[in-house]
Amino acid sequence: MDYAIIGALLELGFFGLLFGIGLALAAKKFAVEVDPRVEMVMEVLPNANCGACGYPGCSGFAKAVVAGEAPVSGCIPGGSEVTEKIGKILGVSAEAKEPLVAVVKCNGGVRAKDKFLYDGIADCRAAYLVGDGLKMCSYGCLGFGTCVDACPFDSLSMGPDGLPVNDFEKCTGCGICVDVCPTGVMQLVPKNKPIYVACNSRDKGAFVRKACQSGCIACMLCEKHCDFDAIHIKENLASIDFDKCKLCGVCIEVCPTDTILNKFKKVLAENNGIPAAVAINPSATKKLLEKIKERKKQEAAARAGKKDDKSNNVSQSQ
Amino acid sequence: MHIGSLVALSISAIFINNFVLSRFLGLCPFMGVSKKTETAMGMGMAVIFVMTMSSAITWLIWTFFLLPTNSNVLYLIFKLFKSDVVPAQFDFSYLETIAFILVIASFVQFIEMVIQKTAPSLYEALGIYLPLITTNCAVLGVAELNTMSMNLNFLESIIHGFSAGIGFTIALLLMSGIRERLELADIPKPMRGLPITFITAALMSIAFLGFSGLKF
Repeated sequence: MDYAIIGALLELGFFGLLFGIGLALAAKKFAVEVDPRVEMVMEVLPNANCGACGYPGCSGFAKAVVAGEAPVSGCIPGGSEVTEKIGKILGVSAEAKEPLVAVVKCNGGVRAKDKFLYDGIADCRAAYLVGDGLKMCSYGCLGFGTCVDACPFDSLSMGPDGLPVNDFEKCTGCGICVDVCPTGVMQLVPKNKPIYVACNSRDKGAFVRKACQSGCIACMLCEKHCDFDAIHIKENLASIDFDKCKLCGVCIEVCPTDTILNKFKKVLAENNGIPAAVAINPSATKKLLEKIKERKKQEAAARAGKKDDKSNNVSQSQ
Repeated sequence: MHIGSLVALSISAIFINNFVLSRFLGLCPFMGVSKKTETAMGMGMAVIFVMTMSSAITWLIWTFFLLPTNSNVLYLIFKLFKSDVVPAQFDFSYLETIAFILVIASFVQFIEMVIQKTAPSLYEALGIYLPLITTNCAVLGVAELNTMSMNLNFLESIIHGFSAGIGFTIALLLMSGIRERLELADIPKPMRGLPITFITAALMSIAFLGFSGLKF
């Protein structure tokens, strides 16, 4: 008689049972008392294990929060809702953080000209290793969708014009796409400020015009027209100071290359497929723009008049 | 059997047949945990402990449950009821891998619980590396070598397991020392990180080949 099957069953069954019972007993005997608040915090966390808080997964963050090492508002994807719940559990009041969302600081996509024919792995990080990417503009979106793959909340998708499109309802501002993007074209901006500069190029204006139809050419028009000192050209690129921006939309209106966009209302113009900027409130913005232009003209005139006065004075004294 | 052969076995497991650099076992933690000397040390200690203990337990299981000998427990049990059974009918040596991994996994789980309860600070220091030993092929490798390949006895198995753990720790510590310096070195961009680490590991492996000339 052969005992191969019954023997194997008996032996492995025996060991399995033995170790199972042993581990169960050991788990009771060596049970470590865990702070029940850790479990409670774990329950309110999104459990996406995205790591945006800087801790290894949600359990790590829960432990750190209860231990007082991490801020109550540390869970970025959870936002103010989760912050409030954690605050209740720990009996701490926490100030809500301004929610952030990721935007693609690029308007090029399929319109940005290629430097060479890239035939390698369809991944932005791989493409960027070859001569800083296949586009003439080395700052813009490469369009292989590495951020789309990386997004744990399924909010990014590839748009028809070769640029990732973010669903701001789903975006939690965890910043994973920002980290994964080799060109650094993704940026976290305040969710409730519907304005951003859709260009990341630090190249000079002339080169930007050559490489891309809609990039920031550092013409200074936005800076000149901004009434709140909120937009400045730094390193050949406009950047908005969201603390000062009053969302008047003047910069959107004056931008000659349609680089400054309202992130909620980006539409394609009918004629040539270039996205046209739509102002926050177009008619009001236009009126404001007229006012500002007029005032600046007056100021300029006044300054010119003063200069004349001065020069007159100088000539008289002589 | 005398003490000399045990020393030879130990030296062989540490240097000549170093588990990482000559047998190429346990490469995963060798690459993963060798970034800092501190964690490498912690991992090494955990591996030494697990290897020694699992060597002992798997040897017992191999000898008394899997091998078709007169002392096979299943054979002895069946013999109580039937007189016509022979040990050859109870050859379960093919169950070796699954039985050993069962032992190692349960054992690591048990150790994790004990350490968490008795030495929380050590538990914190070892972190994720402790449960990772469960699937460390070096641990399974030493159990397999003890029994099927090298046919060691109980004492030799324990010495071999302990020495294998020491060899693993030495390789890990050397590697972590090198990697800490590599962090500061000017390495070409595509070679940074794991690629240069693999090349380093290959060079270390060649260096360890030099020990094969040791004779006793």
